[in-house]
Amino acid sequence: MGLKENLHNFKVKNKGKKWLPAFSAIHTFLFLPNEVTHNGTHIKAADDLKRTMNTVIMAMVPCLIFGMFNAGYQHHLAFDGIQAVSGGFFSAEFWTLDNFLVGFWKILPLVIVSYGVGLGIEFIFAIIKGHEVEEGYLVTGMLVPLIVPIDIPLWMLAVAVVFGVVIGKEVFGGTGMNILNPALTIRAFLFFAYPTWMSGDKVWVEGAVARDRAIAAGENLDAVSGETILGSLAQGKEVAHSVADMFFGFIPGSIGETSTLLIILGGLFLIFAKIGSWRIMLSSVLGALAVGLIFNQVVDAGVITETSKFYGLMSTPFWHHLLIGGFAFGTVFMATDPVTAAQTNKGKWYYGFFVGFISILIRVFNPAYPEGVMLAILLMNVFAPTIDHYVVQGNVKKRKKRLKVKTA
Amino acid sequence: MGLLSKKDTKLITDPLADNNPITIQVLGICSALAITAELKASIVMSISVMFVLGLGNVVISLMRNIIPSKIRIIVQLTVVAALVIIVDQVLKAFAYELSKTLSVFVGLIITNCIIMGRFEAFALANGPWKSFLDGIGNSLGYGVILIIVGFFRELLGSGTLLGFPVLGDPIAKTGLYAIGYENNGFMLLSPMALIVVGIIIWVQRTRNKALVEDH
Repeated sequence: MGLKENLHNFKVKNKGKKWLPAFSAIHTFLFLPNEVTHNGTHIKAADDLKRTMNTVIMAMVPCLIFGMFNAGYQHHLAFDGIQAVSGGFFSAEFWTLDNFLVGFWKILPLVIVSYGVGLGIEFIFAIIKGHEVEEGYLVTGMLVPLIVPIDIPLWMLAVAVVFGVVIGKEVFGGTGMNILNPALTIRAFLFFAYPTWMSGDKVWVEGAVARDRAIAAGENLDAVSGETILGSLAQGKEVAHSVADMFFGFIPGSIGETSTLLIILGGLFLIFAKIGSWRIMLSSVLGALAVGLIFNQVVDAGVITETSKFYGLMSTPFWHHLLIGGFAFGTVFMATDPVTAAQTNKGKWYYGFFVGFISILIRVFNPAYPEGVMLAILLMNVFAPTIDHYVVQGNVKKRKKRLKVKTA
Repeated sequence: MGLLSKKDTKLITDPLADNNPITIQVLGICSALAITAELKASIVMSISVMFVLGLGNVVISLMRNIIPSKIRIIVQLTVVAALVIIVDQVLKAFAYELSKTLSVFVGLIITNCIIMGRFEAFALANGPWKSFLDGIGNSLGYGVILIIVGFFRELLGSGTLLGFPVLGDPIAKTGLYAIGYENNGFMLLSPMALIVVGIIIWVQRTRNKALVEDH
């Protein structure tokens, strides 16, 4: 008798016990997915929920590791006045152990809190409902630390995770039943509940908020600025970062969202593994480019002049929008969430297009909400079932018509 | 036997829990979302609605045999509107600041579905005493939810209760704020009121399975 069999027998023996779902959660995590067909398998596929989730996590790991380096880099850049990276993506100034450790020790607690609290709630709900724990939180738990500012207090994150998992997911019936993307629900909660920790030019650099408070308390220190590109653009200021910096990700921002290069790699991996929908990613990029182009044209035509408060963001070259803010990350990892996105292929085109379109629209017209992509995805999550409904109805209509032609 | 018979007591206690106008009948939601950011406003709103609904029920009940059924809605509206104007004037005279906070929502009591609902469903078919009790009961049920929501929203959103700082001073960093606590700005926005009401509905239906609707 092997370990696997022992565990199985243990499970059978203790059937109906209250804590059993907790045990079988760990059991299924290690060995088997929820249910296995016993006779007459029809389609054999290896990608169950758990493997799907793991693939997404793998696609995010480069962003996470880069985020750790970048957190340290931004910190040293702002505090110690080190040289800015000059030699492209693999510059030695960036990939130092010191940079990594600063980020690592800041990000590790975020990851632990996110997973600890989220999985804790999943366990509690599984025990109350008496069903198996689903692996639904695996991806959310990794996404959450990647989309928050590095200095976010841990208790705020914990509160937000409780809110996001319970209100965003469990009340609808758990994994696969949620209307809104849970990770974005968590971020939206943080954004509206504690705006001082979620936006502005201080929160993106490790230690900047603490420094600010020390100055406010009367200590004689230099203020640290970690201005974001979106912030500078909205105020019509000169942007302090080159396009290459934006693409490689040597800019302040949420932990995982800065490096467009690594996000593209992750996206390609998801497309290759057939887990992320390329339709959504592509149409979202097209949507963003379309609205960016329209704004550029408006500026060129002289309708908007430099005195307008929208001038800064509207005159930004349209393709820059893809590189700055959380657009790339949101498009690749959050808009493509198979539960909350549109399900039909045609629907995905509409869904993605509007995600991109509305993201940039919010970004430009409401600088108070710099992360338009979060709100755009949440909004389109709500509309996804409607889009699907019309796509399906349209198809039904078309077929009925064809039937009529044939029989006539 | 006390002042009320068993049946009469039920008229008051039923809407408090198992037939609550907000959580069970899902009426009067708009005002519950709009004015519950402060506990004080919730309490004043509850009292206003109690006045309007209690008296309105009595008036409609007294007139129930002479109102032509074709124009009864108009008659009901006139009664509510008259009572709401009284409330509004009283608030403006004695609690001006508060009436500014409540702003348009005092006037909107006229369109509060609970009031028209009780007129239609109860006062038109019952005597004045019973109607009065029904009105008080329903407005109490409405008020209870408003006050619960207002309590949580003000406590978590502003750190105060009825305007008194109970969690310490957020600017001087005393009390809870000294250890890094911060007010939850989301609590002050209307969507959070909807979520708090939702949680109350959830708790209530978990405790009493009979309330869960079948599909």
